[in-house]
Amino acid sequence: MEEELELYRKTIHELHGLFKKREITSREITGSVFERINEVDTRVRAYLCLTGEKAFAQADRADQIIRDSRSDVSPITGIPIAIKDLICTKGVRTTCASHILHNFTSPYNATVIDRLESAGYVHPGMTNMDEFAMGSSTENSSYQVTRNPWDTDRVPGGSSGGSTAAVAADECIAALGSDTGGSIRQPAALCGVVGLKPTYGRVSRYGLIAFASSLDQIGPITKDVTDCAILLKAISGHDPKDSTSVGLPVPDYTKVLGREIKGLRLGIPREYFISGIDPSVEGCVKEAVRVLEGLGAKTVEISLPHTEYAIATYYIIATAEASSNLARYDGIKYGYRTKDADDLIGMYMKTRDEGFGPEVKRRIMLGTYVLSAGYYDAYYKKAQQVRTLIKGDFERAFQEVDAILTPTSPTPAFRVGEKTADPLQMYLSDIFTISVNLAGIPGISIPCGFTGDGLPVGLQILGRHFDEERILQVAYAYEQTTEWRKRRPEIEVRN
Amino acid sequence: MERVHEKYEAVIGLEIHAQLLTKSKIFCGCSTKFGASPNTQTCPVCLGLPGVLPVLNREAVNFAVMMAHATHCRIEPLCRFARKNYFYPDLPKGYQISQYEQPLATGGYVEIDRDGGTKRIGLTRIHMEEDAGKSIHEGSEDTSLVDLNRAGVPLIEIVSEPDMRVPEEAVEYLKSLREILRYLDICDGNMEEGSFRCDANVSVRLVGETRLGTKAEVKNMNSFRFVQKALEYEIKRQIDILEGGGRVVQETRLWDTDKGVTVSMRSKEEAHDYRYFPEPDLVPVEVSKEWQEEIRKRLPELPDEKRDRFIREYDIPAYDAHVLTSSRSLAGFFEECIKEYCKPKVISNWIMGDLLRELKISGVDVEESPLRPAQLSRMIQMMDEGIISGKIAKTVFEEMYKNGKDPDVIVKEKGLVQITDEGEIEGYVERVIIENPKEVEGYRGGKDRLLGFFVGQVMKLSGGKANPAVVNEMLKKRLK
Repeated sequence: MEEELELYRKTIHELHGLFKKREITSREITGSVFERINEVDTRVRAYLCLTGEKAFAQADRADQIIRDSRSDVSPITGIPIAIKDLICTKGVRTTCASHILHNFTSPYNATVIDRLESAGYVHPGMTNMDEFAMGSSTENSSYQVTRNPWDTDRVPGGSSGGSTAAVAADECIAALGSDTGGSIRQPAALCGVVGLKPTYGRVSRYGLIAFASSLDQIGPITKDVTDCAILLKAISGHDPKDSTSVGLPVPDYTKVLGREIKGLRLGIPREYFISGIDPSVEGCVKEAVRVLEGLGAKTVEISLPHTEYAIATYYIIATAEASSNLARYDGIKYGYRTKDADDLIGMYMKTRDEGFGPEVKRRIMLGTYVLSAGYYDAYYKKAQQVRTLIKGDFERAFQEVDAILTPTSPTPAFRVGEKTADPLQMYLSDIFTISVNLAGIPGISIPCGFTGDGLPVGLQILGRHFDEERILQVAYAYEQTTEWRKRRPEIEVRN
Repeated sequence: MERVHEKYEAVIGLEIHAQLLTKSKIFCGCSTKFGASPNTQTCPVCLGLPGVLPVLNREAVNFAVMMAHATHCRIEPLCRFARKNYFYPDLPKGYQISQYEQPLATGGYVEIDRDGGTKRIGLTRIHMEEDAGKSIHEGSEDTSLVDLNRAGVPLIEIVSEPDMRVPEEAVEYLKSLREILRYLDICDGNMEEGSFRCDANVSVRLVGETRLGTKAEVKNMNSFRFVQKALEYEIKRQIDILEGGGRVVQETRLWDTDKGVTVSMRSKEEAHDYRYFPEPDLVPVEVSKEWQEEIRKRLPELPDEKRDRFIREYDIPAYDAHVLTSSRSLAGFFEECIKEYCKPKVISNWIMGDLLRELKISGVDVEESPLRPAQLSRMIQMMDEGIISGKIAKTVFEEMYKNGKDPDVIVKEKGLVQITDEGEIEGYVERVIIENPKEVEGYRGGKDRLLGFFVGQVMKLSGGKANPAVVNEMLKKRLK
């Protein structure tokens, strides 16, 4: 009985099974999720805005669909999925956790929202994030600090920390995040959930408020690998509104789950086990490697020689694109406008000074600088050349191996405020995830153990372009052999 | 120009922006129609809302490729869009999507008529970009309004080599480009409405010097006349500076129509750093050989080709061919006439003279001419058949133009058929001789010139209908 009361704890595939048997309704699930939010979100603070009215209306519609259908309904139908606050949702305030968009209600849907809507999802609310997805702790939000459900004195990671915390705290069944340099995988690792960054071009970016256009991808954040496969399929595919989305067919990702991994070749990059990595993280990841070997996979040491240039390259390309992408927030058409300005230039300067937070300003300035006349060749052009080399590293590695295993983050969740004074220290949180975005390949982070302090550790699995099936296959094999997913955080609610 | 100015020559290069006549904008599906009420032809994409992405309109590429073909440019196998970053209220994204390092086409030319011959003006490049919106400052002292209907309308920028030496060449070049754009039916070429815009780079140097002088960029010239005047002014200004021992500074200057001068807008130091970089939201465009050929097949006959063919095929003077091919529709009118009745030179005369004059008076384009080609041809044929005289033809032409009736109908209704009946004409001749005894005496006394007087009198009596050849013959006989 206990289990039935806690519908919010369930996964997409479990709930879908119950729907098919007509044992529950989406209204019940939605009610359960909102109860859970009321119970814990005062402490976790994962949500920036709740859309209860919309959610229950969608739930009722989903129940109608389930009642009327003779054949199978989508596994997404009736499932509450939290949305990171940078995916435009019609009629819902979409702020990027930035003061500059504090009053922006999107008049249109992102393509992923259109897809989820036609599958009958339920929208509980928008989740917190680092402002414009710039950060690794969600502390750069203009509105609130989200707490890690495993230890509420610690950060959930970022920038999709609101989404990963909401999934870890069972404040939704699954969530969408976005990943530009690790923003899905790093907080997934720190919150002990599954997070996948798809291949660049797999999921439409239309309606994803851009940070760095050549790196951004939307991806699923879920409680287990099966849900990850289900949600990935639901959002993937070519979109005529996004010229960078690719027309390859979308496989049924659940089909590969359960396929044995015997004989697969898994690469262990020597450059990813460096000094500075937390020993318990290293221990968990190495243990995970042994588990996979036990399942018959062959591990091979590989080299990704340009890894050390990844952070520098990333902070040139990402900031350059951001400086241009964020130019539209100028106080003219929508969003925040300063109250007092004497002329146009003054209005621009004050609006942007008052509207953006310090990390966003830092990156706009960096990006503006690297694109400036006289510096372009030395920075932006050079960075693009290095990016090609990093891509080449992976291409060579994937001639030898089927997937690559690395830690997701060098450390487990850190304390709130611990790294805010030192941006460079914060940037190092993404040291294992950034190359993946530069190369455009897919990567998943799954729970692979806990530190002595009870903090979750993530294992990152990387695959070839558009080979999400392979990394899901490996992730599932590992997940099914271990018990990590069964451990849930005890959320200490205090005021 | 003053004597001292003859020591100098100007070096002029032009940058032309031409709005393409595609139905929808370059990166979204909004209409490009001119004149709609403000901000009604917009969508999330051209409003620059958060999260939107551009999708390239293939027809805009087709049009740009047509222009590249028509101007003998090399179409690059791969071109790429780039972002040009600057802040302005009518630029909703804070950047304009343009092309920079990898334009659509490079290295072509356009021929202009100079001193009876032709001169080639080189083209550096043609690239595609989106137009910005419009800021509206009228109506209020302290606020400006923005209309984004124009934001995202496709443009091509055509950059010339610094091949022009006098303002007249620049104007000729502009006219040639506009003619080609109109022939291709890809731009309406309206300078006043801004669908065809021109900026000029101007410098001067001593004749014989091969290095370029310091240039100024002149903007805001929205008619051919202003281009001519602004360039004349700017060239003189620069020469005067040099003659006065000064130095020309590199800057952007605006043509002030009211004052007839160019004024400094911003110096080189104040110039924008546009921070161009490749547009990550669009994939590079590969205009394959097949695609190029497909578009080449869509190309109409271009002005130069048509001119040559008219001279060759219809044996008309170069001047006639030039006038007749000045627009595709006028050339079409001419050829329609010829199809009906093959008298090219006579047809040409009527078109260049009477038709163009009437069109100019009524201020309409040849497409809207109330007179149809078949009617003009028939009228000319009636002259050749002796049904009407040249003089009557003038009347018939005016009637046809006025009410669009066929020439046969007009001639019949108005009784304009030429009188060739000798009996009737003889009556008029007799009357004229009786009524003008003095002149008769004079003529017979050797004043041959007076024959014209008698012919005129007979024609007058006949209401212009008497066949002049018959009248002539008869008078000569009767007055011997």
